[in-house]
Amino acid sequence: MSREGVNVAKPYQRMTREQVELVHRTSLELLEKPGVLVYSQEAVALLSDAGARVTQTREGEYDAWWVSIPSSLVQKALESVPSKVVLGARNPENQIVMDARGYHVYFGSGSETNFWLDVKPETFVSQENPENQRVFPAITRRRGTVADLCKSAHLSDNLEHLDFFIRNVNIQDPDINEGNKDVNKFFASLNNITKHVMGGLTDFGQMDHVVHMAEIIAGGREELLKNPVISFITSVIKSPLQVVDETAEKLIKVARLGLPVVISSSPQGGSTAPIDEAGMVAQVNAEVLTGIVINQLAQPGAPVIYGAVPVRARMDDLHDMYGVPEFCYYNTSCAQMARFYEVPCYSTAGVGDAKVPGIQAAAEKMFTHAVVPRSAPDIVHYAFGLLEKTNPFCPEQAVLDNHHIGMVKFLYREPRVDESEMERVKEIIEEVMQTPHRLYSRYTRRLLRSGGIFPTYPFEGEGDDQDETLLKAHEKVQEIMDRPRQHLSEAICREIYAQVPGLLPRLNPYQV
Amino acid sequence: MSEKIIEQIVANVLQGRRDQSDEGIDEGYDGTPGVTELVEEALEQGIPVEKVLAEGLSHGMTLVGEKYESGEYFIPDMLAAAEAVGAAMDIMEPYLVKDGGQGSKGKIVMATVEKDQHDIGKNLVTIMLKGAGYAVVDLGVNVPASRIVEVVEKEKAGLLGLSALLDTTMPFMKQTIEELENKNLKDNVRVMIGGAPTNEDFAREIGADAHGKDAFAAVKIADQFL
Repeated sequence: MSREGVNVAKPYQRMTREQVELVHRTSLELLEKPGVLVYSQEAVALLSDAGARVTQTREGEYDAWWVSIPSSLVQKALESVPSKVVLGARNPENQIVMDARGYHVYFGSGSETNFWLDVKPETFVSQENPENQRVFPAITRRRGTVADLCKSAHLSDNLEHLDFFIRNVNIQDPDINEGNKDVNKFFASLNNITKHVMGGLTDFGQMDHVVHMAEIIAGGREELLKNPVISFITSVIKSPLQVVDETAEKLIKVARLGLPVVISSSPQGGSTAPIDEAGMVAQVNAEVLTGIVINQLAQPGAPVIYGAVPVRARMDDLHDMYGVPEFCYYNTSCAQMARFYEVPCYSTAGVGDAKVPGIQAAAEKMFTHAVVPRSAPDIVHYAFGLLEKTNPFCPEQAVLDNHHIGMVKFLYREPRVDESEMERVKEIIEEVMQTPHRLYSRYTRRLLRSGGIFPTYPFEGEGDDQDETLLKAHEKVQEIMDRPRQHLSEAICREIYAQVPGLLPRLNPYQV
Repeated sequence: MSEKIIEQIVANVLQGRRDQSDEGIDEGYDGTPGVTELVEEALEQGIPVEKVLAEGLSHGMTLVGEKYESGEYFIPDMLAAAEAVGAAMDIMEPYLVKDGGQGSKGKIVMATVEKDQHDIGKNLVTIMLKGAGYAVVDLGVNVPASRIVEVVEKEKAGLLGLSALLDTTMPFMKQTIEELENKNLKDNVRVMIGGAPTNEDFAREIGADAHGKDAFAAVKIADQFL
């Protein structure tokens, strides 16, 4: 048993086969010339030993190497990459099977937001007419804490369309530091959600502790490999075409551990990548291929995920933009590239550029939610609760996004038009035409109960002159927060606290 | 035996099954008798008609109403149940009259006014009123005021329901009421109006007795006036 996601049986193919092959050839040419600028000696050694041409240089205060990667090396890496990657979960029914040859799409959260938006209903009085009092959602912004991360993991466990969890709050408590951040963020997540937990590492030195925590939860090293309850995201590429030192070491180590890893590259069209689609897709594809080559050189056959996260620059301040058509071009084309290579794809949709939930956020989010998954990437991250270029997370927005993703999934259903269906509807039409009022209502009832009819928008308000969507979403968040949390067992928590250093005692639900 | 068939009637009202060909809501009913067949059987067995009405049909509709209120049932469930009860009422009426009763709870004429072809709302109201035990004469759509008044007089209806979806056809509601007044019939019949462009203010303005915002409101108005 694993999660179903949504089957996008006829994926949208933005580019023709010839265009896909042209992007591929261009990326290979870019990897040879100008090549990639690598800051990691370990990665350089792997590439050089495999036949890449390497020239040492100096970039500011650091040693670096220009590496020209021959196409044969890329080809070899693509031959050893598995097309199926399993993302495990505390509850095995929540496992995700990513299959680059299949068409199932899974939605998840993300990532690293600095701020948490609190929504609180408050009563406002009209200055013009003091008798006119209204309840509106007041929104406040504050820095995220580890307690917020626990809450968002619990919330995510209860959102039916959320298939995997990437921490959506950057924990900034006074007692969190670089040395204990990773263990606490993974524990806070794993202890509050029964779905897959994916995440980046702040400190390379914490990796062994995080992996050991996962082993305890899965039931040992072998069990963890069969049911990887965690996976990693490595931002190994700094666009354009540079390989970051410490992240490359993480990538190599994760590959050798045999755990799934996302090669994440997030160039910004208009600043760190060409803004035009051809240039963006060729560059980000070359960048992800670089990560895949390093990963496969470190451990042939290691589970790896094609993580292109191309965004566009705003022209007024050069910040990231997510809710624009170019974002959809970039991401749907990248999903096509991943499918061409038969490597599982990690894509992006559902980020609003709006600062708070509302009309702008809904328009931007639905736009990419509806378009990007249509290209059938295996997983879609950033899909819940993110606003303003991923800077804040709002739980109420996550609840709204959950419903909107449900609408998108419904949209992708295959048409049921076949002989037996036509026979059935002909009978119904004949029958209805013999009745006095000629209404089809009674024939909706079974479909209604089998999930064949999409429900009414659940956040609709009762009033005639006020949008109450956010207030209703707030009620839903409150209701979910009151549900019991699915913590790890007391025995597992005890073992983790005994063996993993740096955990905050207040995160232990069994602490006396 | 009588208890069992009454229970079956209630269950089939809840399923909204008019007859044995109806699919209903839940599995397990396919091919079994629906409300009309069960009512016929009950009457053949000599079960008092009042018992069939009160403990079977009316009780079933009350339960359906409760399920709608609680959010378990939707409009199609209510309509299917009301249709089933309405069809059963057609069978019951001769028995009710024979037993000295008036038959239905009262007579209502329904019509969409002249130059207006819209009938979904009017049909919903008709079905719900029939399901609630009223005898309804539905004149259909695009009915001139003179014809509506003629039928109200002939049928001795206690309530007239007028429907319009277009703001351009709303004046025909007023015209119909004026024609009732001209024929001195207005004191004998109450008039309720409904439809998207209408509201309570408009009802007052044209001399209607009530405005129903939906089919449930229409049933409440009928219960109040008849």
